[in-house]
Amino acid sequence: MGELEVEIQKKFKSFCLDMRFSMEGESLGILGASGCGKSMTLKAVAGIVTPDRGKIRTEKAVFYDGAARINMAPQKRKVGYLFQNYALFPNMTVEDNIAAGIREKKAEKYKKVKTLLEQFQLNGLEKQYPHKLSGGQQQRVALARILASEPDILLLDEPFSAMDSYLKEELQLELKEQLKHFHGCTIIVSHDRDEIYKLCDRTMIMDNGVNLICEETKELFDQPRHMLAARLTGCKNISRAERRGNNTVYAADWGIELKVHCEIPQKLAYIGIRAHDFLPASPSKSQENLIRVLPGEKTQAPFEWILLFQNADNPQGSMWIKRERGDRQIPEFVQVKPEKILLLEE
Amino acid sequence: MELSPILISLKTATLSVFVTFFLGIAVAYWVVRMRHEKVKMICDGILTLPLVLPPTVAGFFLLYIFGVKRPLGQFFLEFFGVKIAFSWGATVLAAVVISFPLMYRSARGAFEQVDANLLYAGRTLGMSEWKIFWRVLFPNALSGILSGGILAFARGLGEFGATAMIAGNIAGKTRTLPLAVYSHVSAGDMEGAYQYVLILVLISFFVVTGMNYATYVFQKYNRR
Repeated sequence: MGELEVEIQKKFKSFCLDMRFSMEGESLGILGASGCGKSMTLKAVAGIVTPDRGKIRTEKAVFYDGAARINMAPQKRKVGYLFQNYALFPNMTVEDNIAAGIREKKAEKYKKVKTLLEQFQLNGLEKQYPHKLSGGQQQRVALARILASEPDILLLDEPFSAMDSYLKEELQLELKEQLKHFHGCTIIVSHDRDEIYKLCDRTMIMDNGVNLICEETKELFDQPRHMLAARLTGCKNISRAERRGNNTVYAADWGIELKVHCEIPQKLAYIGIRAHDFLPASPSKSQENLIRVLPGEKTQAPFEWILLFQNADNPQGSMWIKRERGDRQIPEFVQVKPEKILLLEE
Repeated sequence: MELSPILISLKTATLSVFVTFFLGIAVAYWVVRMRHEKVKMICDGILTLPLVLPPTVAGFFLLYIFGVKRPLGQFFLEFFGVKIAFSWGATVLAAVVISFPLMYRSARGAFEQVDANLLYAGRTLGMSEWKIFWRVLFPNALSGILSGGILAFARGLGEFGATAMIAGNIAGKTRTLPLAVYSHVSAGDMEGAYQYVLILVLISFFVVTGMNYATYVFQKYNRR
């Protein structure tokens, strides 16, 4: 089990990186919009960029300490970095790529390479050059190469961004399998919430160089407590909100009063409703959180459709509803269960 | 036809490209790794100067530094018994100085075109800087470096102005092909000049075509 403690600052032209987090032999996902400093954080841990001040340390070594003027060379940190474009050496075969980071005698080296080729199902490709491989194979070679160098920490920078969507899901499963064999800290950076949800124990939300929230992944996705967390975990409908009673909030952007099931936090600023939590309803059955639909634009996706609608009794901002494709009819009324309403702070 | 200009030229160009090739690569690597942008620009400016200055000006500076009565020229003469100015060595010196910027700039461009992530990957994998240079940076920059070397060879072969200044035009000793062409023409012997012109055109053509071919082959091999 490895530990990693990061507390760094670095100034850039457009933003200030200010990251504090610590982890212990788990997989941490960093979720954030592109350009918010996710990759920079990884690069600082790997030693590719140097922070202005702060500290990075593991239980074994101090990687960086601004005050003590310590800055360990990337070669000595034992940090594996999976680059977005995999950064395979184009002049070397698969075999030589994997062997590049092994510092052992030749015979030992190729024995190890052989084991890894097998583990990553790359048999038969050892003499190929990287440009002949598919995206998935390239990723496996890159991962094998990293594990060959026996890192203590694994950093994955947008591991699936260069891949077609049909390949993605298969490879995510595959990566999950491979990561099971790795017992150190793993950090995965992504702007794709599905990836993070599938692969990470804990998730950190990052915005403008700062980590806002760090929680158990399941908890964060099920019950986000901050507006940004709700948005980045895929909540389509977010409205400014104010408290109207013990169990009632007013959604100012949509012009509706809604019942919620639990205590309303003091700092309530927004509410969120996921697009699939709106259910078709009829007023004869239940009046709770019932909204009369004023339909707007409808978009068809392969297995679902998405409809923009307004509250017909007080038309204001639009909301999204997502239904399966089999469900053809645009509902006259929709309903949302009180426990499905996310109560969000700023 | 007097053969000595051909031999002198080939000898000069070969030795000078040998020196320029390694010197250019080393200096280019050094400049690429400079952290300070402004210092980098100034260094680059100085190193490129011989390419943009008229060769006679470069030759003037060489004469100023290595002339028999100048400190450095005297130093070489007294301590090593080597007279640099107006010797065969001076043709090499002139060719190196004039062709150096071509080699340096090609190598620098080639280094800078290599994906920086490859170098970072090498570092995080624990490869030493030496290993990264020879096994990652150099092979992936090779096509640019080779074409720089060929350009430098061609430039060294055609060097005239600086050679005339520092090495003179001594038949059988420092008279290279371009100087031989000049000598024949200025003596009104167009017939004699033709032969040397033809040889220069042929060599240059083959060198440039060879460079194109090498680039083509390497691009095919290195395509990602």
